[in-house]
Amino acid sequence: MDFPSFYMDHLAGGRLIIGLIASLHVLINHPLAVGAYPLLTWMEWWAHKNNRPDIDRLAYRITFIVFIVTTTVGALTGVGIWLSTSLFAPFAIGSLLRVFFWGWFAEWLVFISEVVLIMWWFLTWKKADTPEKKKKHIRIGVALSIMSWLTMALIVAVLGFMMKPGVWNQTRAFIDAMTNPLYAPQLGFRTFFALMTAAVFIWFTAFFFTKKSSSGDDRPWRLRRWIVYRMSHVVLISMLGVFLFGTWYWNCVPETMKANSSVALLTQEFMSWHGQFQSLLGWTVATFVVIALGGLSDIFTVPRWALLIPSVMGIWMLGHFERAREFMRKPWVIGEYMYSNGVHKDELAYLQSEGILKHATYVKHREVTEANKLECGQDVFMLACSRCHSTTGLNSVLDKFTAMYGADKPWDSVGMTLFIKGMHQTRTFMPPFPGNDREAEALVAYIQQLRAKPQTLHGAQTEGISFSPLPKGPAMTAETQPQR
Amino acid sequence: MNALLAATPVPRDLPLPLPVPEWLLVFCLVVFFLVHILFVNLMVGGSVLVVVLEWLGLKNKRWDALAHEIAQTITVNKSLAVVMGIGPLLCINLLYTMQWYSANALTGHAWLLIVPLVITAFLLTYLHKYTWDSWTTGGRKTLHQLTGIAAALLFLFIPLIFLANVNLMLIPSEWEKVKGFFSALSIGNVLPRYLHFMAASLAMTGLFLAGWLGRQGSDFSHLDGFTRPELRRFFYTICARVTLAQFVLGPLLLFTLPSAGITTQVYVIIFSGASLGLLTLWVLFGELKRPDATIGSRYWLIVLLFSLVVLGMGSGRHVYREAALAAHKTQIKERTERYYTALAEFNKAHAAMPQVAEQSPEQLFMNCAACHAPNVKLVGPPLTEIAQIYAGNPDGIVAWAKAPGKKRPELPQMPPMIHLGEANLRKIAELMLIKGAAAAAK
Repeated sequence: MDFPSFYMDHLAGGRLIIGLIASLHVLINHPLAVGAYPLLTWMEWWAHKNNRPDIDRLAYRITFIVFIVTTTVGALTGVGIWLSTSLFAPFAIGSLLRVFFWGWFAEWLVFISEVVLIMWWFLTWKKADTPEKKKKHIRIGVALSIMSWLTMALIVAVLGFMMKPGVWNQTRAFIDAMTNPLYAPQLGFRTFFALMTAAVFIWFTAFFFTKKSSSGDDRPWRLRRWIVYRMSHVVLISMLGVFLFGTWYWNCVPETMKANSSVALLTQEFMSWHGQFQSLLGWTVATFVVIALGGLSDIFTVPRWALLIPSVMGIWMLGHFERAREFMRKPWVIGEYMYSNGVHKDELAYLQSEGILKHATYVKHREVTEANKLECGQDVFMLACSRCHSTTGLNSVLDKFTAMYGADKPWDSVGMTLFIKGMHQTRTFMPPFPGNDREAEALVAYIQQLRAKPQTLHGAQTEGISFSPLPKGPAMTAETQPQR
Repeated sequence: MNALLAATPVPRDLPLPLPVPEWLLVFCLVVFFLVHILFVNLMVGGSVLVVVLEWLGLKNKRWDALAHEIAQTITVNKSLAVVMGIGPLLCINLLYTMQWYSANALTGHAWLLIVPLVITAFLLTYLHKYTWDSWTTGGRKTLHQLTGIAAALLFLFIPLIFLANVNLMLIPSEWEKVKGFFSALSIGNVLPRYLHFMAASLAMTGLFLAGWLGRQGSDFSHLDGFTRPELRRFFYTICARVTLAQFVLGPLLLFTLPSAGITTQVYVIIFSGASLGLLTLWVLFGELKRPDATIGSRYWLIVLLFSLVVLGMGSGRHVYREAALAAHKTQIKERTERYYTALAEFNKAHAAMPQVAEQSPEQLFMNCAACHAPNVKLVGPPLTEIAQIYAGNPDGIVAWAKAPGKKRPELPQMPPMIHLGEANLRKIAELMLIKGAAAAAK
């Protein structure tokens, strides 16, 4: 990669941060936006139709929470995905942006309308004091629900498109995303998942706003019963959707996997994920069923804390679901085009023959010598390994070799070099080593040195950059010299 | 000269073409950025004004009421500031891929901190707004003011991160000196940029509030200490005085810019913008002299004039950026072309080479050698042991390698090797038996 390397040694090079930000974004977006807007709009409509100001008030109070969370943490974690990917994988996000520009641009336009609509809806709620105004207000809620679902539908298309190897460079058509066999089940799964978790969220928050008053007034209690009864229905129905679409997804994935990758080990690892997903889906659905049936029968059998169980299960399942993308993408960051360390497929042989350091920019040396071996090894690590591995932190190279060669024995440098050059054959989620033999040896020397003296490696954000002059090329002319 | 050359890193660009014509991206960048920065201005300027007015409100309640009214606008403007920022971010990522991402990485910790800092600032802004009517007296009022101050301080700090990046991306020759975010602040002219931005924030907020709170239909039920003309005059005055100060801060920014991008064209655009600014200021001061009955009648003219000034400055800024990076962009383009020409030649020669029909057993064995040594246990059992178990039974090795199980609790499970093909596996198996027997005989 030809950018200064942002790198955090503790966190597997730092890419964990992208995962954390993105997961938080999904966990807010699904239950609190995509799922909650239609349910809250429905509550507002019901209250208007049946003249129930208490329900309108409850919907407003829950919308307040939704409004605060989505316009702060929700919005900023979305932006955070851009900010963090541009640090950890500028080569990937930069390339993806050049390919999927229109998809993201369209998503941006829908996102603008979503933000405008949520503010319009929430901030004018109390001003809608006549039936005519109320009708118009409910329509804003409907529009918001549609727009928020549409942002998800668009971004899922972009994600699906990113994963489908080898298609865009032939057709480059956005419509291919929609024909991705995983698109429809994934979108359906996410939609019903959002509704299901949103119903539990509304149910849970309603408990705070329907506390029993001391004066023996049973209206809060009746309101609570009303909301729990309805939300139980929503949970049950959307759970059926989650189950059906989840099963559809679960059945589609193996074929897609077979088409995408015939590689045995990847399949082996994937199948274990696949099995886990099935049991997680089953257990999650089961807890939601128990809770929802409890809600239908008698609300006192479902204490507030019990609602946290299906929520946690749901979060866990969604996290597991998102991990499928990782399995399917490795060793690529853009299928059949760019490896996860930023090396292009078509430059691999060139770099293996010429050396990766020779054509890099932010390196100390361009040729490995005995004297500079360790420094070269560190630069090779930064270029070829640091996007996924750390030196001494999470997912460290030391851990990997310890698992292979043992902690108490000396490691054979020749064996390690052989392994690095052929690891993509046996560890098929690994990209091929993108350097020449001398560089592989330098990398091994660096790892051996790390083992003897573990040391934190610092990224460009603290150490700055160092670079050596360009190798021979056409002489620079006066016009192209940097002007100072 | 060599030292100079060495000081500017010239990376290779991504080999993909831009998805849309460059002029369209430039247009989107300039226009969307101005929309984004307008809402940022209103958010930052608004939060500063709120702090000051709430403090004034301790003596005279009417200022407190005014501060409350302004606080209502900040939470809306801040959401628009965020959402409108994504478009220009996409455009700058595309147009200045090599410079922008590099600046991000060099100030990486601060860049990443934008997310939690903005979230905190936004939550504090909401807290400040929604506790206005409940935290009204004594210690609670102080806590309320502190909340507002904390949010404003965050809003005052966060722009520095963006300015450091916008500044740093223009000066690749200085990148080598940067060791973290704070050192990036001392390069180029971050401080004049910051002062210019802050002044613009106050001026734009003044102009916006003169129109928003001074509009005909605005609700004055919470602002009974003020009349509409009075508010118009108050916010016009803020806008006019701060804009006057821009005639010092603007040149300060201009003349501290690194000279690399300064061209006659830049001067022409900026000075045209500045003369238009003078005209705007003249109309604005004329408006301030009007009696209460007609103050505000030129509002839309002033807004139009300001929009033209800002559009001029925004274009000048882009022309400067292009000129400052022209040499760097050319160098990157040349280096990229050189690299991809060489790569294409290599790949052509590589494709022309006769395909190695078959790999020899020794070559194939390289797939195994990292784990299986002749007579020591590495990751898997040594060849001597394998030769013993499968003596005379190479097919047994092939069957195992296609779908390995887990036999030895102390060793990791072997990955399947089926992708090598049955014929190759058979060759490897035969060689393993020979090698194993040879090692055992030693």
